[in-house]
Amino acid sequence: MGGLTLTHFLVLGALLFSTGVLAVTLRRNAIGVLIGIELMLNACNVNLVAFSRFTGNIDGAVYALFVVMLAAAEAAVALSIILHVFSHAASISVDDYTEMKG
Amino acid sequence: MGDGIGIQLAFFSCAAVAIGSALLAATARKIVHSAFSLLATFFGVAGIYAVLGSDFMAVAQVVVYVGGILVLLVFGVLMTDRVPDEFRVIAPRRYVPAVIAATLTFVGLAWAITGTAWMRLPHVKVDPGAFEPTTAAIGRSLLTDYLLPFEFASILLLVVLVGAARVARGGTR
Repeated sequence: MGGLTLTHFLVLGALLFSTGVLAVTLRRNAIGVLIGIELMLNACNVNLVAFSRFTGNIDGAVYALFVVMLAAAEAAVALSIILHVFSHAASISVDDYTEMKG
Repeated sequence: MGDGIGIQLAFFSCAAVAIGSALLAATARKIVHSAFSLLATFFGVAGIYAVLGSDFMAVAQVVVYVGGILVLLVFGVLMTDRVPDEFRVIAPRRYVPAVIAATLTFVGLAWAITGTAWMRLPHVKVDPGAFEPTTAAIGRSLLTDYLLPFEFASILLLVVLVGAARVARGGTR
């Protein structure tokens, strides 16, 4: 691998994950929060594929494939919910979705 | 070690593209810019998969994320773009807790990563060896060991398709 170690990829995954945390906590737009979640899922996938490569076991890549599939399903459901709430509350800001407050 | 430099260059350039555009996606003023800089992040991560020799995952990343999820996100952004500007601009005071949360996450993860002796674990190799195509192995694995999760995934996707169409349409209760 030309001097690249597992740590290189794990640190990249950690950086991407922290950026996802930043997006989720910073954004008040609901789609922005969704973008942060996609960043976090990508970071997890980088780690899974890196472990798969460095252990010589294909299971990590298969698991990453399932994560990609779940991310697609999650994005579709979340966006349909956002669109529905948007037509109901006329707002895209997560701060305005307070009707379910206990 | 002639190709060692090349693969390091590929790794660091892909990582720089992914991290830089991810930061832009997190902090861009307009959500449209955020969605489009996510495009560069997905391509950067696909490049990382290519560096890792996971050919199938690199292609799946481009097809599913760029071709599917990003199109969905851009659709969502464009359909909800009637919001006032106050929701687009991030107030400076919101940066403080967000940056603290992100930094704490990274410090915790980095502490765990550097504190573990990965190379002494029994299955981890220092040099994973030459590139081998992974598509055949993934396909065999999906239809043998992972057949049940694979079928559940197809059921889940069907349910999501029906449910998303139903929820987004609204209509009668």
